[in-house]
Amino acid sequence: MAQAAIELIGINKSFGAVRANRDINLEIVRGTIHGIVGENGAGKSTLMSILYGFYQADSGEIHVGGQPASIKSPNDAIALGIGMVHQHFMLVDNFTVLENVILGAESDALLKKSIAKARSELERLEREYGLEVDPDAIIEELPVGLQQRVEILKALYRGAEILILDEPTGVLTPAEADHLFRILKQLKEQGKTVVLITHKLREIMAITDTVSVMRQGTMVATRETKKTTVGELAELMVGRRVLLRVEKGEAEAGGVKLAVKNLTVKDSRGVTVVDDISFDVRAGEIVGIAGVAGNGQSEMLEAISGIRRAVSGSVMLDGKPIDLTGAADPGELRDRGLAHVPEDRHHVGLVLAFEENENSILGYHDHPRYLRGPFLNVDAIRDDARDRIAKYDIRPADCRLKTANFSGGNQQKIVLAREMEQDPGVLIVGQPTRGVDVGAIEFIHKRLIAMRDQGKAVLVVSVELDEIRSLSDRILVMFAGRIVGERGPEATEGELGLLMAGVEHQEAAQ
Amino acid sequence: MDLFNAIVQVLDSTIRLSVPLLLACLAGLYSERAGVFDIGLEGKMLVGAFAGAAAASVFHSAYLGLGMAILISVAFALIHGFASITHRGNQIVSGVAINFIAAGSTIMLGQAWFQQGGRTPALGSGERFGAVIWPGADALRGVPILGPIYSELISGHSVLVYLAFVAVPFTWWVLFRTRFGLRLRAVGENPAAVDTAGISVAWLRYRALICTGVLTGIAGAYLSMVQNGGFVKDMTAGKGYIALAALIFAKWKPVNAMFACLLFGFLDALSIRLQGTPLPLIGKVPVQFMQALPYVLTVILLAGFIGKAIPPRAGGVPYVKER
Repeated sequence: MAQAAIELIGINKSFGAVRANRDINLEIVRGTIHGIVGENGAGKSTLMSILYGFYQADSGEIHVGGQPASIKSPNDAIALGIGMVHQHFMLVDNFTVLENVILGAESDALLKKSIAKARSELERLEREYGLEVDPDAIIEELPVGLQQRVEILKALYRGAEILILDEPTGVLTPAEADHLFRILKQLKEQGKTVVLITHKLREIMAITDTVSVMRQGTMVATRETKKTTVGELAELMVGRRVLLRVEKGEAEAGGVKLAVKNLTVKDSRGVTVVDDISFDVRAGEIVGIAGVAGNGQSEMLEAISGIRRAVSGSVMLDGKPIDLTGAADPGELRDRGLAHVPEDRHHVGLVLAFEENENSILGYHDHPRYLRGPFLNVDAIRDDARDRIAKYDIRPADCRLKTANFSGGNQQKIVLAREMEQDPGVLIVGQPTRGVDVGAIEFIHKRLIAMRDQGKAVLVVSVELDEIRSLSDRILVMFAGRIVGERGPEATEGELGLLMAGVEHQEAAQ
Repeated sequence: MDLFNAIVQVLDSTIRLSVPLLLACLAGLYSERAGVFDIGLEGKMLVGAFAGAAAASVFHSAYLGLGMAILISVAFALIHGFASITHRGNQIVSGVAINFIAAGSTIMLGQAWFQQGGRTPALGSGERFGAVIWPGADALRGVPILGPIYSELISGHSVLVYLAFVAVPFTWWVLFRTRFGLRLRAVGENPAAVDTAGISVAWLRYRALICTGVLTGIAGAYLSMVQNGGFVKDMTAGKGYIALAALIFAKWKPVNAMFACLLFGFLDALSIRLQGTPLPLIGKVPVQFMQALPYVLTVILLAGFIGKAIPPRAGGVPYVKER
C-alpha cells in the first residue's frame, strides 16, 4: 500500500457568502504526480492555498505524512516540506535569482554567507534536477519559463518534498511547457510528490498518475489517469457532456469586408514584426490566424484595429482605408462597423475597477442611447447591461458588481457582449478564450459562429490550435511575422503544427 | 584668500544646512523602500524638534532631549503604521494628517507648558549639543588651505552632524548587506513574495517605520537643539518635503541621497551668502529671489535632470492578500 503524502479530510472554506470549498476529501500518494482539474472558480487554488497555509480552513483536517498537521502560515507548510509555485510568480523582479531563492530562508543575518551557501546548494539542485538558471541573473530579464524554474528552485531550496504547481503552463510556450514536464518527471523519479493544478486536460493526460476533478467547490471524482479519458474528465468538470468541437454549417462567404494589403509593422526597437502581410476577410466567414505566440499576431491585430503604427501597407474596411499612422480614432472605426475584442482584456478591454454595467458600454458611452443631455443615462445603461448578462449568461448576474470580481471567462463574455451587441460588420477577436473555462469556451465559440451566420466578417487570432481548427472557415498560419500558409478547416493538427514551427517555410526558402 | 575663505564658509554652512535634510531623507528611504509612502516626514521632524527642546529644557540634558525626540517621533511613525499598515488606510492621507497634528499640537502644548507663544525656553549650553573639536584643529588653523578645511569644515560640528554622515554608509550596509535589508527591499517591491516566503509583511513594514521615526527624531532634535537654541513654531519649514524631493532625486539610494541633500543644502547656503551682495552683470538681487532659488532649482532638477526615477513598485499600496 502506497503511503499518503497528504490527506485532506472534510475541508470547508467560505469567503463571505461564497463557499469556495465544501467538505473536500483528498489523498495524495507519495512519489506521484497528482493532477487537480476544474473550471475557473471551482476552488482548486483555494484548496491549495489552504494546504500552503495562505488561508485557514473553516473546518477539516490536514494530515501530512500520516501525522495530523496544523498549517497556520506558509512557514508551517515550508517546515512540513510543502512548497508552492504560484500562478502569478512570487518573485521580486529587480532582485537576482539567488536573492529571490534565499528570501525568507536566509541562513545568516549577513547576506554574504547566506548567498554563498545558496550558491553551492543551487549548483547541487541544478545537477540533480536539470534546473539550469544563471544564479546572478536579474529576474525581470529572464523569460517566464526560467522565472518559473526559479520558483521551483525556491521551493526545493527550502527542502520541499511536496511541490504544488498552480496553473504552471498558462504563461509558457509549448516548448517551455515540455521542459517543465520533463523537470516534473525528474522530480517524481527522485521521490518528490507533485500536485499539478490546471484546467488543461491535455496536460493532465500527458503527465499525471492520478487526477481529481473539482466542480463548484466540491471534489467530484478521483481517477487513475490511465483509466480515464479527456471526454470523461471534461464531463465531470462541467457536469454535463460538452462539445469539444462546435458544430457549424458551411460558410456562405459574401463580399470582401476587410482587406489587408502588404501590411508591415515594426516594434519599438525597429525590428520588423509583421512582414508584408496580405489577406481578405469576407462577409459570412471566420478567418483564423494560427501561430505560436510572439510571431507578430498581436502587432498585426493592433495595427488593423488602428492602435499601432504600421510602416507600410494598407487596410481597407468596406473599401475605405483605415488610418495606419497609429493615430486612428477608435471611436470612428467603431462607427464604421469595426469591433475589436483585444487579446489582453485586463489592460485594454476592461477597466477592472469599474462596475460591470460601465464596462459594458465602454467606448460606446457617447451613443445617444446612453446619454441624457450631457449626462449618462444610467437607467438605459443598466437595462442594457442586464439584458446582456441574461443573453450571454454572465455570472454572477449583477451589473453593479466591480468587474475585477468576475472570473476570467465572465470578464471575457462582458467584452464580447459589448462588441457583438453593437452589430458590427467586422469583428476582430484576439485570443477569444484565453484563461476561460470549458463551459464558457463552448458558449463563446457558438456566439462567434452565430455572428458568422448573420453575415459578419470575423477575424480570430488564437494560439490554441484546437480553437482555430474548430472555428475557422479558412486558416492562415503566421510564423516570424509572415503568413506562411493557408489551409482549410480540414487541415490536420500535424500539418498546421509544422507550418507554425516554420518548417515548411524554411524548406521553401532553401 | 578672501574668496577661499568665503568658499569654506559656504561649504561649512552647506554641511550644517544639509544635515536635517539628510536625516529626513534617509528616514524616508527606509519607509519608502519598504513600500510605505511617508509624506509625514515633516510632521515627525516637527514633533521631534519640539519634544527634544522641551525635554532638554525641563531635564537640563541634551541626551535626554534627543531620547525624547526619538521616542515621540517613533510614536508618530507607529501611528502612521497603524493607519496605513494595520488598517490599510491611504498612506498620503495618513501622512498629511500627521503633519497637521504635529503643526497644531506642538504650538498648543508649547503654549500650555511654557507660555512663550509656542516657543520652548532658550536652551543653555548643557542643554544643547555643542561642537566637537577634533584633535589639533586649533593648532592647524593657521596652515594655509588645509588648515581652514580641517578646522572649519571637518572639525567643529555637533555630534549629530557626524551621526548623519555615518548613517549614510550604515544605511547602505543595512539595505544591501543584511537579511533585514533584503527583506525590506523585497517588501517594497513585491509584498506577496515576502508573505509566501513566510515572513510577516506588517511586522517588517513596522520595523522600517521605526527606523524612519528614529531618524526623523534625530533630524528634529538637530533643528531645535543644534541649529537653533530652542523650538520655534513650524521650524521645519518644508524640510520634510524637500527631503522627499531629494529622495526621488536620489532614486531611493543612500549615497545618492547624501549628494542630493548636500546639493540642496549648498543652494540654501549660497542663497544666504549672496543675500544683499551685488552679482556681476546682474547687480543686486532681491532677497526673496535668492531665498526662492533652492526651490526653483529643485523644480528644474526634478523636472529635467534626473532621468527616470523608478520608485519601489509596491510603494503606496496597502498589502491585501489576494482573494
